[in-house]
Amino acid sequence: MQRRHFLKVLSLAAATLSLGAMSFPQGAQAADTIKVGILHSLSGTMAISETALKETALMTIEEINAKGGVLGKKLEPVVVDPASNWPLFAEKARQLLSQDKVAVVFGCWTSVSRKSVLPVFKELNGLLFYPVQYEGEELEKNVFYTGAAPNQQAIPAVEYLMSEDGGGAQRFVLLGTDYVYPRTTNKILRAFLNAKKIADADILEEYTPFGHADYQTIIAKIKKFASEGKKTAVISTINGDSNVPFYKELGNAGLKATEVPVVAFSVGEEELRGVDTKPLVGHLASWNYFMSLKNPVNDGFTKMYKDWAAKNKLPGADKVVTNDPMEATYIGLHLWKQAVEKAKTTDVDPVIAAMAGQAMQGPSGFEIKMDEKNHHLHKPVFIGEVRADGQFNVVWKTPGPVRAAPWSPYIPGNDKKSDEPEK
Amino acid sequence: MSTPTTHPLAPRRVLFGRLGWSALILFALLFVVVIPALHLLVPTNHPLYISSYLITLGGKILCYAILAVALDLIWGFAGILSLGHGLFFALGGYAFGMYLMRSIGRDGVYHADLPDFMVFLNWKELPWYWIGSDHFLVALLWILLVPALLAFVFGFFAFRSRIKGVYFSIITQALTYAFMLLFFRNETGFGGNNGFTDFKRILGLSITTPEMRATLFALSAAALTGALLLCRHLIAGKFGRILTAIRDAESRVMFIGYQPLWYKLTAWTLSALMAAIAGALYVPQVGIINPGEMSPANSIEIAIWVAVGGRGTLVGPILGAAAVNLAKSWFTFSFPEYWLFFLGVLFIAVTLWFPGGIVSLWSRLFGGARR
Amino acid sequence: MPHRQPVRSLAWWIALWILCTCSPLRAEWDAGLAATLANGDSEARIAAIRQLVTSGDPKVAVLLKALAEDGLAVADGRLARPIDGQWIDLESGATLTPTGTPESLSINNRVRREVQSGLALLRLFDADPKVRLEAASSLQSRATPEMIPALEKALGQEQDATIHDHLFLGLALARLSSKDAGQRLAAVKALGESASTTVRVTLSRLLEPAAEPDETVRREARDSLKRIERRLALGEAAGALFSGISLGSILLLTALGLAITYGVMGILNMAHGELLMIGAYSTYAVQMLFRNHLPNLLEGYLFVAIPVAFVVTALVGMLMERTVIRWLYGRPLETLLATWGISLMLIQAVRLLFGAQNVEVANPGWMSGGVALMPGVVLPWNRIIITLLALLVLGLTWGMLNRTRLGLFVRAVTQNRAMAGCVGVPTGLIDTLAFGLGAGIAGLGGVAISQIANVGPDMGQGYIVDSFLVVVLGGVGQLAGAVWAAMGLGIAGKLLEGWVGAVIAKILMLVFIIVFIQKRPQGLFVLKGRQMEG
Repeated sequence: MQRRHFLKVLSLAAATLSLGAMSFPQGAQAADTIKVGILHSLSGTMAISETALKETALMTIEEINAKGGVLGKKLEPVVVDPASNWPLFAEKARQLLSQDKVAVVFGCWTSVSRKSVLPVFKELNGLLFYPVQYEGEELEKNVFYTGAAPNQQAIPAVEYLMSEDGGGAQRFVLLGTDYVYPRTTNKILRAFLNAKKIADADILEEYTPFGHADYQTIIAKIKKFASEGKKTAVISTINGDSNVPFYKELGNAGLKATEVPVVAFSVGEEELRGVDTKPLVGHLASWNYFMSLKNPVNDGFTKMYKDWAAKNKLPGADKVVTNDPMEATYIGLHLWKQAVEKAKTTDVDPVIAAMAGQAMQGPSGFEIKMDEKNHHLHKPVFIGEVRADGQFNVVWKTPGPVRAAPWSPYIPGNDKKSDEPEK
Repeated sequence: MSTPTTHPLAPRRVLFGRLGWSALILFALLFVVVIPALHLLVPTNHPLYISSYLITLGGKILCYAILAVALDLIWGFAGILSLGHGLFFALGGYAFGMYLMRSIGRDGVYHADLPDFMVFLNWKELPWYWIGSDHFLVALLWILLVPALLAFVFGFFAFRSRIKGVYFSIITQALTYAFMLLFFRNETGFGGNNGFTDFKRILGLSITTPEMRATLFALSAAALTGALLLCRHLIAGKFGRILTAIRDAESRVMFIGYQPLWYKLTAWTLSALMAAIAGALYVPQVGIINPGEMSPANSIEIAIWVAVGGRGTLVGPILGAAAVNLAKSWFTFSFPEYWLFFLGVLFIAVTLWFPGGIVSLWSRLFGGARR
Repeated sequence: MPHRQPVRSLAWWIALWILCTCSPLRAEWDAGLAATLANGDSEARIAAIRQLVTSGDPKVAVLLKALAEDGLAVADGRLARPIDGQWIDLESGATLTPTGTPESLSINNRVRREVQSGLALLRLFDADPKVRLEAASSLQSRATPEMIPALEKALGQEQDATIHDHLFLGLALARLSSKDAGQRLAAVKALGESASTTVRVTLSRLLEPAAEPDETVRREARDSLKRIERRLALGEAAGALFSGISLGSILLLTALGLAITYGVMGILNMAHGELLMIGAYSTYAVQMLFRNHLPNLLEGYLFVAIPVAFVVTALVGMLMERTVIRWLYGRPLETLLATWGISLMLIQAVRLLFGAQNVEVANPGWMSGGVALMPGVVLPWNRIIITLLALLVLGLTWGMLNRTRLGLFVRAVTQNRAMAGCVGVPTGLIDTLAFGLGAGIAGLGGVAISQIANVGPDMGQGYIVDSFLVVVLGGVGQLAGAVWAAMGLGIAGKLLEGWVGAVIAKILMLVFIIVFIQKRPQGLFVLKGRQMEG
């Protein structure tokens, strides 16, 4: 009796499931909303970083809707979870574009996820806003890059380290997780350092596997390298979770920022939440935005996110922080809104055309502008030193926004590349 | 070794009953002919139209189904649980991916003869193991040869040492993990963790056309049918009986005078081969291959499909792969936060209450009368 | 008369120092100083700090300390620091009522270095020998010629022999740039006793005739350098060995629970990594409780976290055993799938409960930093303590299994379940308890991990493969095997990493294990028996 009942329920569930699987693509096409796709991993390894971007996008959509929406219509977010699975990213992108007919997609974090969805966006002529710093070497008509290109993050950081205030480093450890972004960034940096008359003997490149959790040997190597001569600095492109064991080891092994400073490109406020920062005071990060920046736009932005977290009861809502990719998501959504209003349509091609030159006052305290040609933002660069409370002290910044150079001049052959997407 | 519930062995060399044959033919007809035709010939606004989204999703699931059948051959019938089948799948994918990368030609970002990621790393010429990768036939050869060879060598040593059960599972997991780390490295020469993407064409034909999609879908369906027939053929004969005997009591089989090594090795290598073919069909349809496919978690998921569908039934794993992946597509869209809960409950429920999987559910519901 | 010159120069420096300290000089606590510290460039700030340090004003130490800790602000042109929500004027100690928000002063690394040197210099005269020792050892590798007078004065007063030695080396370093060859020679000789990498760099510069004109000094420098390098090489080897042992003990702690659940009971628990995760999250929860409710006892949170983590994970483990695993005994592969399902649910549950981000678990003060084996080789306290914890847990586990009634029952049940049942052992209960024990030990592993690595929902996944490899390599049913396997993998892994880099080392270790198991399919230690079928 019981078993039969259970079986019935199960078969019913299975039937519903298969029906659901077949029928979900037909989303109700309400004419009075504009659909906005949000393609960030909510489970799997990347959830740690991407969840906050989903929240930022939802918050910004609510903000825009509260002010009357776009073209008189409300924005309707369509959230999907690509589960940190790269083929699933492509599948979900196709679903958003072809089934849900979203006007624009905000999403991706890793380069590989972007590379995975790119063919889909090109084929279906979709529009993607990518909010994370990356290695450059890409310029696609269907993508707007609101994160930093290497010249907007890595190069200024190294210039700072070489300056007197930065410690006058003349020897460099390039330390990263073994994958494309660190390898490429380090390749660009090596070329840059060579151009600055730093010999190869003064550069140490070290890589660790994904998820590496034991940095004893690496730290010992850094110490040894630093002890062999000139002033040394470490440039870290360590990714994700590995940063926590790295910084814990760094703090406990007594490698002080005043002796050997470490500048990181993937460590922001969010990542430091998992670390006790007291032993790390003085180590550096290079970004286009820090939560600690003091200006009215940023005050509003951080307050809005804190309120959002409290209202939606996000885990740890009392301690939420904002970071660079979140700011990039926020700016991306607003610039897209402006472009749609200028184009008076959400059709992709007119919006792409209208995006050129769109500008707004960003939380970084500068006017952030989308370049007329190269689909990247003009962004200021800040170097921040870690504070004991997990925030950053800005110790250096560019006088104004810097134009992105997606094709790094330090990679041979790039001088011939066009600064515009190819048609 | 535990014994999964299998239906009693069919009479010698009878592959399927009448019902089975008609189901198979119906399946082949539907998936090899009708669905691709609906995608190609029906106007897009017609209710019967199969969208490009559905056909790529379907193609992907078909490839997973081949993979599940491949795993079932060795797990269900030889009792060898591989937690590294994702490796063979990925190697097949990489082998075909190399061809796809080469056939981009000069249409890449850098308009160079080399694949983009090599230009990017400032490599001047192709590494030796890329030689010949621009020929379609050579690519086909690699798809078959590389995974089969690896499986053969690995299997030979493992089975000769009589490693089995959990030990075998753990070292296959270590194997795929080691390969994943190796392929993550840029220096290995397979594009690091970005892997291969942005494919343009196969044999000079654009990869994004509906015709190509329909063809790949039909090919996947045909391959699945072929895999099913082949496995069924093996299992129904003497080979299959010895394999099952090895699963249930390896020592006794040895005492009778059979050498289990070669039976296991044949099944194992064939299984790897099928996984590789599935991988090769998978890559052009999803448009990316990267080392993530080799992660241990992915390989465990394959075992889940088989278990959910019904281990040792061949048809079950197909249903399992389809059910789990459709559920995944649906959940990650409708309830993104609860997908893992569902998957977890599914695993537990299947192992606790339905060790025979979906297939046994069928026979429990409808097979009672006949028995 | 070359011998009289150092004496004269020394006398001159001492005179200057006395002049500096004894004259009623006071730091210029005016708005000018505040303005320089607040708005000046690094150059100006460093000059101001140097001047402050030589002023001898006792309040300077307070100022520098506040500056180093980001606790200094300018309120209406006065330097002030916040104490208990009030602004205290640094000079007068009066409470200020600033108009507007005081602008807090922040410094960069360059200024911070200067502040630290200044603080160390002032602390050389502290009453507490511990403070003096720390100051002296930090100055030992960064002394500059300007510090000579202060160093000499401190050396003259110092009673403690160790501090004396540190000061002596620091002074020698400072005197290397002396104009007098004799003084340089003595300094170079003295520095041969150092083990500091900074000293090594400085000395190696002296090998060139351009840098050091005197032939004897150069020769002496070469000798000293050799001695330092020998010492450093020794330290490096010791450091490498320690890191191997440390990695080994972490592997052991993460694998020990599995050695019981899988090794002894034969349960293939894929949720083992998540048990580690729950242990780590328990540590986090205890830490937060202490932080919010018992801030005075925060330093001791770990002592509470250890039993809490053990109990929580043991309970989760027993629940798993009662509800799921119990029905799957004898079917290892099905257990694998079901526990994998459990692991997915645990991950997502923690993600919904605590958020997808890593949570912060800080080392208690006594576990932060490290003990300097010699300058350059620091053994971090957290690693030392984790190694000890591993030993302790290993001892307790061994005792539990071999010296208690529960252990006897566990062994009896795993060896012959039916017979154990016949003689009255409650086999079902024993299974639950044994699994709970294994899970609890995994929880302790989680406590250890929380002190060195990240604590997040996914963290367990990174340890599961390694843990299984340790158990399988060690041989099923053997605690000793797991110990050897963990230590072997740890030390070999670290040696390989130093040699071929972390990525290749990891791959080689995996390949090694695969090959090893071909040779010895039952692991390092085999239970002798006449079984045919496993």
